[in-house]
Amino acid sequence: MSEIIFEIDGKEVKAKAGMTILEAARSVGIKIPTLCHHEALEPFGSCRLCTVEVDVRSWTSLVASCVYPVAQNIVVRTRSAKVDRIRKMILELYLAHAPDSFELQDMAQEYGADKNRFEKEASFCIHCGLCVRYCNEVKQKNAVGFVDRGSRKEICFIPEIAAQECWDCKECFPLCPTEALQAAFVLSQALYTPQK
Amino acid sequence: MDNARIDKIIEKHHGEASSLIQVLLDIQSEHHWLPKAALKRVSEKLRVPLTQIQHIATFYKAFSLVPKGRHEVHVCVGTACHVRGASRILDTLQELTGIKPGETDLELKFSLETVNCLGCCALGPVLEIDGKTHGKMTTAETADVLKNYQ
Amino acid sequence: MSQIHSPAELEAFRKGILSQRDPKKPCITLCSGSACQASGSAEVALNLEAEIQKQGLSGAVDIRRTGCHGYCERGPIIISNPEGICYFNISPDDVPEIVTKTVKEKKIVERLLYTEPETGEKITHEDEIPFYKHQERLVFGDNVKIDPKSIEDYLAIGGYAALAKALFGMSAEQVLEEVQKSNLRGRGGGGFPAGRKWEGSRSAPEPIKYVIVNADEGDPGAYMDRSLLEGNPHSILEGLTIGAYAIGAHEGFIYVRQEYPLAVENVNRAIRKAEELGFLGKNILGSGFDFTVTVHQGAGAFVCGESTALMTALEGRVGEPRPKYIRSNIKGLWDRPSVLNNVETWANVPLIINNGADWFTRFGTEKSSGTKIFALVGKINNTGLVEVPMGITLRDIIYKIGGGIPGGKKFKAVQTGGPSGGCIPEALLDLGVDFDELAKAGSMMGSGGMIVMDEDTCMVDVARYFIDFLADESCGKCVPCREGTRQMLKILTNITEGRGKEGDIELLEELSETAKEAALCALGKSAPNSFLSTLHYFRDEYEAHIKEKRCPALSCKELIAFYIDPEKCQGCGSCLRKCPAEAIIGGKKLIHIIDQDKCTKCGTCFEVCPTKFAAVTKISGVPVPAPVPEAERTVIKQSKEK
Repeated sequence: MSEIIFEIDGKEVKAKAGMTILEAARSVGIKIPTLCHHEALEPFGSCRLCTVEVDVRSWTSLVASCVYPVAQNIVVRTRSAKVDRIRKMILELYLAHAPDSFELQDMAQEYGADKNRFEKEASFCIHCGLCVRYCNEVKQKNAVGFVDRGSRKEICFIPEIAAQECWDCKECFPLCPTEALQAAFVLSQALYTPQK
Repeated sequence: MDNARIDKIIEKHHGEASSLIQVLLDIQSEHHWLPKAALKRVSEKLRVPLTQIQHIATFYKAFSLVPKGRHEVHVCVGTACHVRGASRILDTLQELTGIKPGETDLELKFSLETVNCLGCCALGPVLEIDGKTHGKMTTAETADVLKNYQ
Repeated sequence: MSQIHSPAELEAFRKGILSQRDPKKPCITLCSGSACQASGSAEVALNLEAEIQKQGLSGAVDIRRTGCHGYCERGPIIISNPEGICYFNISPDDVPEIVTKTVKEKKIVERLLYTEPETGEKITHEDEIPFYKHQERLVFGDNVKIDPKSIEDYLAIGGYAALAKALFGMSAEQVLEEVQKSNLRGRGGGGFPAGRKWEGSRSAPEPIKYVIVNADEGDPGAYMDRSLLEGNPHSILEGLTIGAYAIGAHEGFIYVRQEYPLAVENVNRAIRKAEELGFLGKNILGSGFDFTVTVHQGAGAFVCGESTALMTALEGRVGEPRPKYIRSNIKGLWDRPSVLNNVETWANVPLIINNGADWFTRFGTEKSSGTKIFALVGKINNTGLVEVPMGITLRDIIYKIGGGIPGGKKFKAVQTGGPSGGCIPEALLDLGVDFDELAKAGSMMGSGGMIVMDEDTCMVDVARYFIDFLADESCGKCVPCREGTRQMLKILTNITEGRGKEGDIELLEELSETAKEAALCALGKSAPNSFLSTLHYFRDEYEAHIKEKRCPALSCKELIAFYIDPEKCQGCGSCLRKCPAEAIIGGKKLIHIIDQDKCTKCGTCFEVCPTKFAAVTKISGVPVPAPVPEAERTVIKQSKEK
């Protein structure tokens, strides 16, 4: 694998081809905020908090660092007025759904996000997909999945599978950035009476 | 819908996981909705997790997880129909049937759906009931048309 | 039918078809596209067959049921050949007269001809009718000449000659070069040069490659791709096969919406026929080149028109886009190089190969060569599909071809580019329509929807409409699109319902920036365009809604009231009888009054009030005048000579 040299926040960074900007940044201790990212899982690119500014041949654009592959001589900025503005807006959009999430509150403080910017619609879930992907990719049980699309998208357990698999696992619980999953799971358990 | 029929459909598509959507479309078009038992059968046969099938069955508009009414009413809300007043037609239909888009009434008489473009913009606003197109609709005519369906 | 094994056999086969056809034999062409079916073309066809038999003409007259002719406003359309007499708005009852007079006696049925609205002049032939006269129908023109069910019809007009030429007269590189030279740009959206896309796939190391037709035409108000697939499916198969040869693919897919049953049927039949004759399959025309095509039906998701989402859907999964940092022509379907072009783009390929890139670039502008098919719809006299050279002005399309705005109303804007596009105001009507000019005006070419709006269309409502569409159609994967459109929809709905407030516009702008910069796919990135372009050109309408609670177009239901002008009401009772909410207080010879508390603003009274009275009006931004006192409610008859 060839070595790729590029720049993050003015620092020269060496990375292996095929790595993402996020991986390369973290390998040298540069922080980029994320919600839907997890080392054990395939990059998903849904929360967009990891958005950074990239100059490719003097062409600047915003990209999701968790899925953008490193390339020779690119220049990355992990903070800028625009990046911060976008992260703030994303957090505000999230906070409408999960105003009490500690993880979100911490980030909100850093980016000056106002949790009251949008009307509250406390659904808890922010669709980061960590539980769904973990159950699929790591556990390969597929007890929890997504349903529907757009703003109606939700997570949903398959009761028959959940009844067999989840009780002794619950590994997705600590992954959830809003602790919503537990609520959904408990609800689903309550609703489902296993057939004898 | 019995398993033998479902297996036949799966066979027609060579039992490949990539044909999942085509299989579900065939079941939907024969049965008019997707019962859970059918989804389970497809999941077993194609070896695709039920979570993925559930996502597909709710993601795409062609599928329904509940039975449909005797008459399927499609209101075109494409841009051309919209600027010609499709929302008034939709309001009237909701008023008359008591159901919203995506719903079926309790007597299973009507299912109401909005569609994005029926591609007969010259006739807009357009209404389609059980495949028959009713063009150049007004609110008053909508009520008259609906009376013909029992 | 037996397989054709060489170009010589193909030409012999073609000659055989032509020798059996007498160009002087009467042939009635009937438009049977989906749009004409909706206006009763199937019934006309049945009557036509019965009538020809009844009049003892079986065998002496051919009937050809073709795809869409484009002039949907006046469908169903009949052309009586060889004279080329065009009849419009045919009803089943007109058929006996056409057969008796035109087919038998060679006379013209005047009343069914096209009538020029201004002069009343009758026009007999297609090419003299203004709607057709100003078009350049390179791609779409063959629709009127062929029955899409008949491969012989396609061969009779020179079909598959381009494929033979490519396979036997050109190397794959030469085909690619010709397409590059033609500067053919993708007709489905952003206008990416097709040749450059093809080259990327061709030079990608992975040996298995795919070609794909994007027929997931989801823009509301656009249906040209459907009409091409329905009306001339072989032209798309031919283009696709040539493309496959150029890049070295042996498998192709057509992703077509299940909402287009006739297109699915016709394209499947076309594939079967092409396989039977050896235009598809193993060793095509004896060239040694193998290529197969599979039809995949889309299950109804607008986002699947996005290339990466379409490919995920083809793999049998939920159609969520994936990041495009590695282009799909390098890593697409099943991670292999995949060239995806839309229907119209593929249909242009045989033309370029047959006539050469130099011929092709004679049409259109320097950077946007060739023609483009638009669906001209909305508040326009001549609704239909029009094919024009790139660079033609919007004004020519709307007025010369489209015949202007109906009902003497004033033009306000034209929306192009579908939900990702924008609205263009009257001041820019002289804009030459091509990829770059539309982008400069804040809109885009998109797949070719062109929705005309008049003074009655509210531009805030148009933005709300498109955002509503996108909020529903968003796949829901990334936040800027899923949550951004949700919030934008809430704010825009508030504005159109009179709950707009100071700061709303700025918040919408901020949400737009987030979507534009940080959304995952092109759909999300372009989602705010309808808002941004209407704000740019029609800011005053936004302000009227927010500050004065007034809808200048008198369209937003919550901001208007229906009111009966006491001086105009003649007490005819039309509105009283039709009002579904029983909100009208009236009686014999009494001026009618609308009970504003009961009124649901459905607009029925406005529609049914006789135009000679025009007593029902809409008002906005001002209070409804107090009802006429009981003592003055007797109708004063309007004098006839006023």
